[in-house]
Amino acid sequence: MKSLKIIVLAKQVPDTRNVGKDAMKADGTVNRGALAAIFNPEDLNALEQALRIKDKHPNSEVVILTMGPGRAAEIIREAIYRGADRGYLLTDRKFAGSDTLATSYALSMAIRKMEPYALVIAGRQAIDGDTAQVGPQVAEKLNLPQVTYVEEIQNITETEIVIKRRLERGVEIVKSTLPLLITVHNSAPACRPRNAKRLMKFKHAQTVTEMQNSSEDYIGLQNDRPYLRIEEWSVDDVKADDTWLGLAGSPTKVKKIDNVVFKAKESKVLSGDNGDVEWLVKELIANSTIG
Amino acid sequence: MNNIFIYCEIEEGLVAEVSLELLTKGRSLANQLNCKLEAIAIGSGLEKIPDQVFPYGVDVVHVADDKRLTNYLTLPHAAIVIGIFRKEEPQIGLFGASSVGRDLAPRVASAMKCGLTADCTQLEIGDHYEKRTETEYKNLLYQIRPAFGGNIIATIINPETKPQLATVREGVMKKEILSVSHKGKVKTVALNEYLNSTDFAVEVIERHMEQRKVNIKAAPIVVAGGYGVGSKENFDLLFELANLLGGEVGASRAAVDAGFVDHERQVGQTGITVRPKLYIACGISGQIQHRAGMEESAMIISINNDPHAPIHNIADYAIVGEVSDVIPKMIRYYKKNSK
Repeated sequence: MKSLKIIVLAKQVPDTRNVGKDAMKADGTVNRGALAAIFNPEDLNALEQALRIKDKHPNSEVVILTMGPGRAAEIIREAIYRGADRGYLLTDRKFAGSDTLATSYALSMAIRKMEPYALVIAGRQAIDGDTAQVGPQVAEKLNLPQVTYVEEIQNITETEIVIKRRLERGVEIVKSTLPLLITVHNSAPACRPRNAKRLMKFKHAQTVTEMQNSSEDYIGLQNDRPYLRIEEWSVDDVKADDTWLGLAGSPTKVKKIDNVVFKAKESKVLSGDNGDVEWLVKELIANSTIG
Repeated sequence: MNNIFIYCEIEEGLVAEVSLELLTKGRSLANQLNCKLEAIAIGSGLEKIPDQVFPYGVDVVHVADDKRLTNYLTLPHAAIVIGIFRKEEPQIGLFGASSVGRDLAPRVASAMKCGLTADCTQLEIGDHYEKRTETEYKNLLYQIRPAFGGNIIATIINPETKPQLATVREGVMKKEILSVSHKGKVKTVALNEYLNSTDFAVEVIERHMEQRKVNIKAAPIVVAGGYGVGSKENFDLLFELANLLGGEVGASRAAVDAGFVDHERQVGQTGITVRPKLYIACGISGQIQHRAGMEESAMIISINNDPHAPIHNIADYAIVGEVSDVIPKMIRYYKKNSK
């Protein structure tokens, strides 16, 4: 089989699932800056699917693409430690404020630059928005068919793929032509851990911007070892049209944000003591709530 | 033109629950906006659909009935919905936030270059004044949803683009018949106008759909557990209590993510919305996404060892104690006191 190029879309997200005490402000709202930045969980499931294809077809190439600020290069390194071949960081101030439509446009322009490819794999959704929209929207922009909620790639050849989907109430096996975009569900296998040898080899993988800010010892490193370079692409590099990007390119606007304030109801507070629990159970039986 | 469109999901020749709920919401929005309510049904063997949807106040139902459309497939459904939207220019389009709606709606939004808000918990009509351009927008769809891990509630609008699209989970809106005698028009979709052979690039080889194993939505009593329940074994206590009371076991997302119970039991914004007569929240902190799925319960009992857990604030009875201690006591005293 000839080489298959697989592009994995990944996002660095604030860890909204673990809002600790440090992340709370005095007024009870969340200090987003204090949340840890993590590899979006389902994007790791997506990466694992790509790496499994590479396990079976070793001349395949797994390329990671992320859009975000400079620090998002962290997840490209993380993906490389786990087995991805190389990565691209799509970064530009003009992307700021993009909703899912503008984001998918930007990603699709970057993917066009990587043609030809066999497969684009993304996580189903990112935990900071839970929209599950970017995958299908990228597919539409690239005029690719899509398969969402993927649990397992059962077989792949140069032209065809067989996939198991995990739906709300059942499973579905589908066959598709390539190229194709798929989004991977969290019921798919977890991603393999970092590989110690790859960690040593790619420890100093950096973007141009990171390189310019690093100590002099490392400046020349990428000349000798070009594989340490993480490509950085701007709006111009991917030939994107500004009008479809950022706030201007985003049809959804946030009209209002309300911080969640818990409104207290008239609660009767009880202890877990025998007396209290028995009183409550009797009360519920008496008013026919339980019977 | 300018009407409200509901994409109807089809399950075995009938419109799915979530879509009937959206038809009900669509009807009330249409009354407010003084426009028509239209439905789109795509599948095969759809003879029963018009009579099923008209009582919900549907004025026009677009029916695409074809053998090739028996199984849901993204591309043909997208092509038909996009085709109808381009022709009819709706102001609002609503989809269920199911594995079908969440697959289809973003594709449609991308093609229409319009906005889409996922998992809305409320939909309202309202105005908007844009200071920057000094423009007044009338009668926009307010798409309201918890965001950022449930720590904020966002109201999203699409002032410049139509249609305004949103997805809503099953159980969030209430299903209600407008009038059994209400009748609308049936429009047969001209498939040749919209479909290409390339739309069938993906093919379903096998399909195993399971009947809903648990029906938490219909349960009069829900005993729900959160991360604080601590383990799969402790969840057995919840099952024991639920069985005893004739209820079902629900869970928060944290408990599902921790692997304590199956996803199908998840209550909340990204799970099921329930309105039982009694909801017992065990070891649940009470994040807004979870509350979105249960706060309309007639009575709420919270059990949490943290006296400051937000769940206590919305409970009728707040028990400050350990779940593994309190639940066995409830079981014991129920057995002792019930007839």
